[in-house]
Amino acid sequence: MTRVRLRFTKLGKVRWTSHRDVARMWERAFRRVQLPLAYSEGFTPRPKVSFGLALPTGHESLAEYLDVEVADGASGVDVGSDVPVLLGRLSDALPDGVDAVAAAVLPAGAASLQEEVTSCTWQWVAVTAGRGPVDPGALAVSCEQLLAGSTLVLTRHRKGREVTEDVREAVLDLRVLGPAGLPYAGGVRLQAELACRPRSLRPAELLAGLGAGGALQERDPRRLHQWISRDGARWEPLEAPRVATDAPPAPSERAS
Amino acid sequence: MTSLWPRIEPLLARVHKPARYIGCEDGASVPAHGPGRAAWLLVYPDSYEVGLPNQGLQILYELLNERGDAVAERSYAPWTDMEAEMRRAGVPLFSLETHRRAGSFDVLAFNLSAELVYTNLLNCIDLAGVDVHADRRRPEDPLVVAGGHCTFNPEPLADFVDAFVIGDGEEVVGEITEVVAAWKRSGRTEGSRRRVLRELATVAGVYVPSLYDVSYDGPRLVAVTPRYPDVPAVVEKRTIADLGAWPYPRRQLVPLTEVVHDRLNVEIFRGCTRGCRFCQAGMITRPVRERPASQVREMVRSGLDRTGYDEVSLTSLSSADFSGIDEVVSGIINDPACSGQVSVSLPSLRVDAFTVGVAAEIQKVRRTGLTFAPEGGTWRMRQVINKLIREEDLYGAVEAAFSQGWHRVKLYFLTGLPTETEEDTLGIAELARNCAAVGRRHVRAPSVTASVGGFVPKPQTPFQWFRQDTVEELRAKVRLLRDATRRDPGVQLRWHDPRASVAEGIASRGDRRVGAVIEEVWRRGGTFQEWSEHFDLSRWTSAMDAHGLSLDWYVHRERPQDEVLPWDHVSAGLHRDFLWQEWRDALAAAGTPDCRWTPCYDCGACTGYGIEHVVGSPLPPAGGSQGTGQDLGGGMSVPVELRPSAVGAASR
Repeated sequence: MTRVRLRFTKLGKVRWTSHRDVARMWERAFRRVQLPLAYSEGFTPRPKVSFGLALPTGHESLAEYLDVEVADGASGVDVGSDVPVLLGRLSDALPDGVDAVAAAVLPAGAASLQEEVTSCTWQWVAVTAGRGPVDPGALAVSCEQLLAGSTLVLTRHRKGREVTEDVREAVLDLRVLGPAGLPYAGGVRLQAELACRPRSLRPAELLAGLGAGGALQERDPRRLHQWISRDGARWEPLEAPRVATDAPPAPSERAS
Repeated sequence: MTSLWPRIEPLLARVHKPARYIGCEDGASVPAHGPGRAAWLLVYPDSYEVGLPNQGLQILYELLNERGDAVAERSYAPWTDMEAEMRRAGVPLFSLETHRRAGSFDVLAFNLSAELVYTNLLNCIDLAGVDVHADRRRPEDPLVVAGGHCTFNPEPLADFVDAFVIGDGEEVVGEITEVVAAWKRSGRTEGSRRRVLRELATVAGVYVPSLYDVSYDGPRLVAVTPRYPDVPAVVEKRTIADLGAWPYPRRQLVPLTEVVHDRLNVEIFRGCTRGCRFCQAGMITRPVRERPASQVREMVRSGLDRTGYDEVSLTSLSSADFSGIDEVVSGIINDPACSGQVSVSLPSLRVDAFTVGVAAEIQKVRRTGLTFAPEGGTWRMRQVINKLIREEDLYGAVEAAFSQGWHRVKLYFLTGLPTETEEDTLGIAELARNCAAVGRRHVRAPSVTASVGGFVPKPQTPFQWFRQDTVEELRAKVRLLRDATRRDPGVQLRWHDPRASVAEGIASRGDRRVGAVIEEVWRRGGTFQEWSEHFDLSRWTSAMDAHGLSLDWYVHRERPQDEVLPWDHVSAGLHRDFLWQEWRDALAAAGTPDCRWTPCYDCGACTGYGIEHVVGSPLPPAGGSQGTGQDLGGGMSVPVELRPSAVGAASR
């Protein structure tokens, strides 16, 4: 049994599909490229694919991951040597906006994505609900104040219940990148690194803590990185090739 | 700026399942609009999950996009939350491929598979920014066209639809395209709308209701007559002679989000001559036209390769009747290219042990449940409806199922059938209990679900003259069944809401006057009437009252032989004499054989159009079948050679 980790994007219109939808897309894509998958036992054999952190419906990402088990002794694709070929064929079999960008065989006993990933870098645009432009300077000050404070108490909806808790420790970094430009004239682009343990903090939830009384709204949220931090070091589950990963999202880069 | 996407996307964060509105399916076309191309928007007037898999719509979508003079996009009824957001933001109905305004197309073409979607059709027209009344539309508005099984009684929608297509659409969409493309080139000037409709009325299979006068005598319909000599007095359905000439869809749409029937679908034959008298589909789609087995295999193989699906459904009205079905199925299962991971499903299983044997082969791993449709609770009842399944056929099928690893069996029944007695109704419970007893011989806790629907008589069938049961009558029958099944832990009873059957009855056999009722139900917010959470019968009954229409007259009344029926000017080829004789035979509990394997009794469907059955084998399928080996009793002899071990039949 070989475990393969794949990194992929979710950009453009397809961002409105759900986490479950993405799982089904991948199952079909694996069958289309005839990657010999390992199947579970039992009445309804399923391919053994595990996804990491769920990406909220409507969010884009440059850094999604999955681990898949490939059957031993299977002929065909050699994941070790044919990575660019495999990535190309998978991307062709996946919807526009979902592209496989990196793959690697995992060492035996490697921890799962859910066990490993500790934080994510997000970028998004803050706009006001039809009440004129956001002041980048004032928002930057708010960000600094938030980071300087020792608590950030938010009330969030969790599985139909309201939960009030201090999420300050989940905000690892927060900064204003500048005016957003079209199509969000008057909006301001933000970037943050937010912990996903013990529970993920979402950009929209953080925004509620930033704006005066929830006046700010989130547009075009995009995950740029997932991080594994341990003993002071930080790395990605898979390095993406050096294209587009850290470039600020420009409208032309959107898949639609 | 033709794309509404920048205005649609901000709405998506606020609605359930936003992936329903993005398009992007594998198999979707990238349309190139242009002045020389008739632009069709194919609309399924129910939710995306229900509409996307519809094969009829997908076939026409591909055929139109293959033409140089047409372009086709798709749309589905936005769910209620999305509709509210769209109306608030002033966003009209849009296409999924290019997110273009529905009102900018030349044709809005609706697929009508069920009567309860009629209010959604009105809602979609309105959301498109087009007047729901055909006679108030402007030259710049699209033509509103409708096709599908429901158009065999087009009258309830006659005020809202410019043109109906009757029968198979494969050929006629091209002919309509030529007329519409010419209209588009002419600039769609003032007055041109009337001319284009007049021209469409001369296309065979097209019915333009505004070109007919309707006269009444009190509640009675007197006549529907064409206003002009070149407009046909009777519109005959279109039928493709050879399904093998139409291997579509070639590129079935693969949705990005969950839908019903989320699998590869390959239509293996069209039409059914089992002759079940309640079944509109079986009456209006005659004759049987099988796809060549080699083409079925090719469509399955290329479809699985392209889509990545691991399940294929071989669709038709009674798939076990396909000539050599067992070889086709084992060919798929054992195809090395499928590497043992493909499952096959056959909708509408025939009720016999042979069929279960085929099912056993295709469901090697996931043996969860099997469904059979005896429809009637007693042999007498099944003779009335001409679904000639003997009790031993059913028990044989159930025995085969439970002995081969299945734990659940579901049985479909209708209640409120002609001549139904208390004994017939209770026969449903008895069959279900006996099936559970058969199951106990093989498994510890067998489950038999009896699913009971209230019968709604349909146009163009032998039961079109029949009086439909009232809500109270249907409820009494359900109560009877509940009491009779309560004490058997192996039997679960499910029933369809009798109130929905009444609304379906209004829309099914209504005339033009019912249009006002549909409009009123829609104006009062009655969309998605197929969905129980949105259905409310009082909207329908109060609209009937408001327009002075009697529920008893339209729904709960038997029609005499000489009554002019609202759909008499639309023909499925069936002689009225044939339907009437079938109705009399039903009342006498006399069966009629399947003409696929027995001599022609001239129903009209073949002789009228100069076509015939296309079947791979002139012999009935192995294991026997309806009308080929049993004493049908009841005074009608069946002119066939008797074959050993004949078993009953089913189709839906």
